[in-house]
Amino acid sequence: MTTKPTTPSAPETEPAQAESDTFILRLYVAGQTPKSMAAFSNLKTICEDHLAGRYQIEVIDLLENPQLARGDQILAIPTLVRKLPEPVRKIIGDLSNTERVLVGLDLRPRE
Amino acid sequence: MAPLESETKPKPETKPIAKSRPQLPKSPTGIQGLDEITGGGLPQGRPTLICGSAGCGKTLLAMEFIVRGAMQYDEPGVFMAFEENEKDLTQNVASLGFDLNDLIARQMMVLDFVYIERSEIEETGEFDLEGLFIRLGLAIDAIGAKRVVLDTIESLFSGLPNPLILRAELRRLFRWLKDKGVTAIITGERGDETLTRQGLEEYVSDCVIVLDHRVSDQVCSRRLRVVKYRGSTHGTNEYPFLIDEDGFAVLPVTSLGLQHIASTDRIPTGVAQLDAMLGGAGYYRGSSVVVSGTAGTGKSSLAAHFAEAACRRGERALYFAFEESPHQIMRNMRSIGIDLEPWARQGLLRFCANRPSFAGLEMHLTTMHKMIHDFEPQVVILDPLTSFAIGGNETEVKSMLMRLVDMLKTQQITGFFTSLTAAGPVLEHTQVAISSLIDTWLLLRDIEIGGERNRGLYVLKSRGMAHSNQIREFLLTDHGVELREVYVGPGGVLTGSSRLAQEAQEQAVKLTREQEIERRQLELERKRKALEAQIAAMHAEFEAQAAETMKIIEQEQAREALLEQERLDMGRSRKADR
Repeated sequence: MTTKPTTPSAPETEPAQAESDTFILRLYVAGQTPKSMAAFSNLKTICEDHLAGRYQIEVIDLLENPQLARGDQILAIPTLVRKLPEPVRKIIGDLSNTERVLVGLDLRPRE
Repeated sequence: MAPLESETKPKPETKPIAKSRPQLPKSPTGIQGLDEITGGGLPQGRPTLICGSAGCGKTLLAMEFIVRGAMQYDEPGVFMAFEENEKDLTQNVASLGFDLNDLIARQMMVLDFVYIERSEIEETGEFDLEGLFIRLGLAIDAIGAKRVVLDTIESLFSGLPNPLILRAELRRLFRWLKDKGVTAIITGERGDETLTRQGLEEYVSDCVIVLDHRVSDQVCSRRLRVVKYRGSTHGTNEYPFLIDEDGFAVLPVTSLGLQHIASTDRIPTGVAQLDAMLGGAGYYRGSSVVVSGTAGTGKSSLAAHFAEAACRRGERALYFAFEESPHQIMRNMRSIGIDLEPWARQGLLRFCANRPSFAGLEMHLTTMHKMIHDFEPQVVILDPLTSFAIGGNETEVKSMLMRLVDMLKTQQITGFFTSLTAAGPVLEHTQVAISSLIDTWLLLRDIEIGGERNRGLYVLKSRGMAHSNQIREFLLTDHGVELREVYVGPGGVLTGSSRLAQEAQEQAVKLTREQEIERRQLELERKRKALEAQIAAMHAEFEAQAAETMKIIEQEQAREALLEQERLDMGRSRKADR
C-alpha cells in the first residue's frame, strides 16, 4: 500500500497513483461539540501537513442527517471515514493522536 | 395461554388485573409461560437484560419479543443486531413462521445490523457513541417503536477500543432508552463469574433473566430464571423452556396458586363394577387418577376402558403411550374386547406415542402441553408415567408431573396415569412418589394362592367420595375387564380357581345337606308308616283276641247252659220234688 510519504509534498511512488491522488474523507460529527470541533481542526492540520492539495473533507452532522449513520456503519462520534483510496478505513476519536491518524489513513506503516 | 392471575403476594405485579394497588406497567412478551412467571411481561419502558451462554436462545427470545409485540400487541419494535446480519436473522426465524420482511414492510419493525470490524477501526482520541444513539433514535422514531432489542451489545467491546468510554456510554444508553420510554431487551453473553462477560448487569438492573442449558444423562434441558425484577414479584425458580417449531415456550414449574375449580361432575370409569366401588359414579371430572401395579396386572386395560368410555360419551381422549405403539395398543385391547380403532378414526381418540428417552422431561412436558392445547381433550392418559424415571431423576419427574397435573386440573381435564411398581412388599409406594398429587388411586395387585396368580383391585384412596374398601378380583375377559367379588369366608380371601374350588365345595356341601334332609324326611315317613302298621297289627291282634274271648265266653255260657239243662234233665229224671 501507500508508504513513506511523510513530506508535505508527498511524492507518490505506488501504482495506485490515480486513486491515491485524492483522499476523500468524511468526518461524522453530531452537533458542534468540543470533540467534533477538535476533530475537525486536528484533521485539517493533518491533511494540510500530509495531503496538501489532494484531499477532500466532507463533514456530516448526524443531527441534521441521522439516516446517514447507517450507511457508513457509524457508531462512534467523531468518526473519520476514508472513502478513497480503498479500502475504507475508519478512525474514531477526536484525532488528537496524529501518529495514529496517519496510521489509520495508511500514511504511516502499521507496526 | 392460561393467565396466572391468582398470586396472593402483597406486591405490585400483573398489569392485566390492575386493582386498587399500583401496578408496575408491563409489556407482555407473548411468549408462552414467560408472562406467567413475570406476572405480565417485562417492565414497560425499562431495559431488561437477558444473559446466557452461547446457543441458549437469547437472540430468539429477544426476536420473539419484537415479533410478537408487533403481531399481537401492535407495538412496533427495533431489533438492532450486532452479531448477525439482516439476511441471516430473517432466514433463521422464518422457520418459526415469523416473516420479518413483511413486518418491516408494514412499518412494524426495523431490523438494523450494526457492523463493527475491529481491524478497520483506528482509535485516535476521545469519542462517544452518539452515532449509535442517533441511529437507534432514528429507527425508533421512524416507526414509533415501543420495543427495542440490542443483540448483543457486548460486541461493542470487542469491536471498539477503550472499554472505559464504552462503559460510560452504555450507562448513558440505558438511561437514554429509559427516557425514550421504550421497553428494551439487552442480551449479553454469560461470563465466567459474572452474569455477563462485561458486567452489563451493573447497568441494567430493572430486570435480569438468565438462560441456561445443561446436559444431564445425555439429555439437554434448557432453563430460564428471573434473577431480578425490580418492583414486581416474579417466579424465582428455574423454569425449563423449549425452543421448538413455534418458538420459545417457558413452562412454569408450578403454577403459583392452587386455585383450580373442583368439579362435582362424575365420569364413569368404563367398568361398571369399578364405578360401583367409587361411590357408584366413577371418577371426578378434572381429577387425577393413578393405577399402579406390578407388570401385567392390567393397568393399560383400565386405561383403555376409560378412554373408550370417554369416546363413547363423545368426549375427546388423548393417549400418551410411552411403551407401546398405537397399533400395538389397539391390537392388544381388541383381544379383551375393547375396540379403540373406530374412535381413533373418528378423531375422538388421539394417540401420541414416544419413547421416554426421545427427549428431556421438559420437552415431553411441552409436547404434551402443546398436544393438549391443540386437541383440547377431556381425558388425558399417560401410560405409563414411570417410564420417565430413568436414573435418579425422581424429583424432576415429580416436578414435571406436578406441572402436568396442575395444568390438567386448571383445564378440568381428567388425567389417568398408570404406574408400574416393582414387585415387592411396599405396593403403596409408586416408583415416582406422587401420591400426594393424586386424587384417586387404584391399586392392582397380584394375589398368589394355590399355585396361581390372580389379579386383585382395590381403591387405595379416592378423595372426596365414599369408596369401597373391598378387594375385588380383577378379571380380563374377552369382553373387557370384570370385577368379581372375591370369596371371603372362614377360609380367608380366595381368588381364581381357589375361589372356584371353594365355591364348588360349598355347592357340594349344600347338596349333601339337602340330600340328608330329604333322607331324614323319608326315614321319618317310613317310621311313621311302620308305626302305623304296627298299630294296625296290634289292633288286629286285639280284635282277634277280643273275638276269641267272646267266643270262649259264649262257649262257657253255652256250657253253663248245657250243664243247667243237664241238671234239670237229671232232676226231672230223678223226679225230684222241687
